[in-house]
Order: sequence, then structure tokens, then C-alpha cells
Amino acid sequence: MASKNWNILGTPLVGENPITLQILGICSALAVTTSLDTALVMTIAVTCVLAVSGAAVSLIRNQLPYSVRIIVQITIIASLVIIVDLVLKAYLFEIGKRLSIFVGLIVTNCIVLGRADGFAMRNNVGASILDGIGNGLGYGLILMTVGVIREFFGRGSLFGTQILIPTSQGGGFEPLHIMLLPPSAFFIIACIIWFIRRRRPEQIEKPEFQIRVKAPRTQAGGEG
Amino acid sequence: MTNSNLSGSPVKALKTVLLVAVVCAVLVSLTAVSLRPLYLANLETERMARLATIARLATIVETLGRVADGMRLEDIEARVVKLEDGTYSDDIDPATYDARRAANDPGKSVDIPPQLDLAGIKRRADHAVVYLIRNSNNRVDALILPVRGVGYQSALYGYLALAADVNEILALKFYEHGETPGLGSRIQDPDWEALWPGNHAFDESGKVSIRVGASAGFAGDRIDGITGATRTITGVDRLVQFWLGDFGFGPYLERIRRGEG
Repeated sequence: MASKNWNILGTPLVGENPITLQILGICSALAVTTSLDTALVMTIAVTCVLAVSGAAVSLIRNQLPYSVRIIVQITIIASLVIIVDLVLKAYLFEIGKRLSIFVGLIVTNCIVLGRADGFAMRNNVGASILDGIGNGLGYGLILMTVGVIREFFGRGSLFGTQILIPTSQGGGFEPLHIMLLPPSAFFIIACIIWFIRRRRPEQIEKPEFQIRVKAPRTQAGGEG
Repeated sequence: MTNSNLSGSPVKALKTVLLVAVVCAVLVSLTAVSLRPLYLANLETERMARLATIARLATIVETLGRVADGMRLEDIEARVVKLEDGTYSDDIDPATYDARRAANDPGKSVDIPPQLDLAGIKRRADHAVVYLIRNSNNRVDALILPVRGVGYQSALYGYLALAADVNEILALKFYEHGETPGLGSRIQDPDWEALWPGNHAFDESGKVSIRVGASAGFAGDRIDGITGATRTITGVDRLVQFWLGDFGFGPYLERIRRGEG
């Protein structure tokens, strides 16, 4: 039983990572990873929402009519996100301001609804909480990795602490401004996905179809 | 497991949905009400920080080479200017006048005709707080004008400092913006700010001639743009044109030139 629980918690980290395997939650991963503190707060927020929404959905799963399940799940998730947003505004005002719209957009983060409908509807409360935390951490692992790369090369700092001094302040480090723009997160996430799939070839998707080049029809007796 | 309620009765469905809705509503309301004082306190801190924008003038004062040593922030004289005719409105206390709020108050602001609205701000408050720096002979040595406009994705707020000749630019400093970090945000870089001092705002005929990031072909002084921040720079260019122009501080600057300030 214990090892099963560890499996629920551990597989979403690399084996079934929501970002790199399922390619979910990309929007926020691009938006909040320009610095590490926003990435960390976003990770915590998403993990909390995932764990609590998983527990709540799992708790009422047998009372929940199948036809309206999505609406009820969204209601629960949206309420949790509002609460998280209020808590951020009260205790982490500055970071909350920088996360701005992306806290509210956790509602539409496919990871949350995906886990609520895909896992919590079929499993007990304990397993659903573990699954929520595991997926939150898997999401956070990628966010933090991307955040480290973007903040370090884009600003020369980590968690806001200056490590390399930029040339504009007399140092020898030229910040890579592209790191602070969304495309860089695309490239970094793509490299992470490539790296993981090199190590774990079983994650590579089978091509759904083969492109076949139709041979040109040749006239009988032609050169062929 | 879930299949058992695939064909649940509509009454049961309604009950569950209502229960979830009520529980969620109660939780959200409780959180909102209990955290509201903290949120309001945060907003108040933010507002106080903005009121303290005058403190940011200190950095402009530092760049004024000619200002006597030992000058303190308290030596800066704040006056309220009626923008329409450029006269001082001394019945308004500059310490409590909130230009941002006034700009949204129909009774204290005017619509800017679209063709004149270079800064893209739509409304302009009737009054503005300007700051005067006087030298030891009590003559005005420098003028500091509040400017604002629209950059790429945010409002830009800053101060433009002019020398006593109402032509030489001493500094342009932005203190609040939401531009792209690393690109548009470089309008706050010391390197870029250093391009401003010594340039001239007007040509001989008194027309605004300073341009920012514009291509060659202008007779007046020109400030280099920032690569990758074209729209921010265009915004800066236009807000400078606007605030030095007739609908901005033009009438006031004209009075100063005539020695009526």
C-alpha cells in the first residue's frame, strides 16, 4: 500500500509529468517563469488547488450525477482559485500583483480539471490528494527548472538576488533579453521534453499515421 | 464506481449541485470578508508609496549638476498649475492634490481631442503639480513637470526636468510603468536616462523639436531609441510631444519664458 501511495505521488514528477508528457498547463508555464519567486508561488497555488479540488471531487464522487459533473468540478475549482487569489492579495501582495491574471487562470489550467475528472472521480480521497500534490509538484518541477534558466540568463539573478552583474551596472554579464520573453520558455520546455524522451523512449508518441508519397503513375512503356 | 449514478434522479442531481454551490459560496464569502482588512491595508501601503513619489524627485535633483550642494528635498517648491492658461492655482494644496484621481473626474478634467491626444491618455486633469528648484538667489533654476502616457502595454509615469531657460532638458525619469522586463523596462536604465541631459526641447520658433527614437530628418535634438522596445519608445516620444505642447504644459512654459512664472 505504501509503495502504491509513493507511486501516485512520484509518477507525475517525471514519468507522467503533466507538462512534458501531457503538454498541459503550458500557458501559465510561459507566463510566470520569468522569475523564480513567481514560479514558486504559482507552483504552491496550483498544488493547493489540485490537492483540495481532488479531495472535494473525490468526496462527493458517488453523489455526483454524471451529467453535471464538469460544472460541479469547475464550481469547486473556481471557488478554490478565488480563495487562493484572496490569500495572495492579503499576504503576498507584491507577488500577487505580478502573477496578476495567471492566478485566476488556474481555473482554466487543464491539469486541474484533468486530474479532477480523470483521477478524483474514480479514486478515494487519500489517493486523490496524493495525486493532486504529485501533479502539482510535477508541474512545479518544470516551472522551477524553466524559472532558474530564465531568471539566471535573463537577469543574472536567482530569487531576485543578483549573482552576475550586468554590463549596464558595470559588470561583465550581458543579459539575454530573449530569456524574459515567452518564446524562450517554449524552447526551454521543448529541450526538457526532448531530454526526458531521450532517456525514456517509451514516452515518445507513436505516429498516428505515416505520410506516404504516392508514386507518380507512369505510362506503360515509359521510362518508368 | 461512478456508474451507479449514471441514471440518478433529477432531484438528487439538483440537491448535490445546490449543496456544492452553497458550500462554495460560503467558503468564498468567509475568506473574502476575513481577509479584506489585510487586503485594504496592502492597498493603503501602495497608495502611501505613490504619495511618496516626490521622494523620487531626489534622483532628478542629483542629476542637476548646477544645483547647489546640500540641497534637500524640502527645498523643492511644489505648485499647482492650471494647465489651460498656465497660471498658478494657489488655492489648491499640492500636497493633497491627486492628479491621477482628478484625471478620471469629469468635473476636474477635460477630454483631449483625439487628434491632439498624442500621449493616448484620453483625459487630462485641469491642474498639475509642478516642482520648482530655486537657487540661492531665489531664482528658478529648474522645473520638474509630471508626464504620463501609454507605452506598449502599460501607462508610463515620469518626471521631465527642464532648466531655467525652459529649453534645456535636465532629465527624464520614469517611476512607474508595466513594460516588458528587459525591453521596454529599459526606459529606467541609467544608461538610457543618461542620454537625456543637455538636449533641447524646443527650436528657435518655440516649437517642440525633441524627438525620441525617430529616424533622421528632424532638425532638433534626438534621443536614441531602445532596440526591441519600439512601441515603448514611440509612447515616450509622443508623451514628451504632448506634455510640452499646447494641451500640456505649453501655456505654462510660455509664461515662464516671459518671466511671469
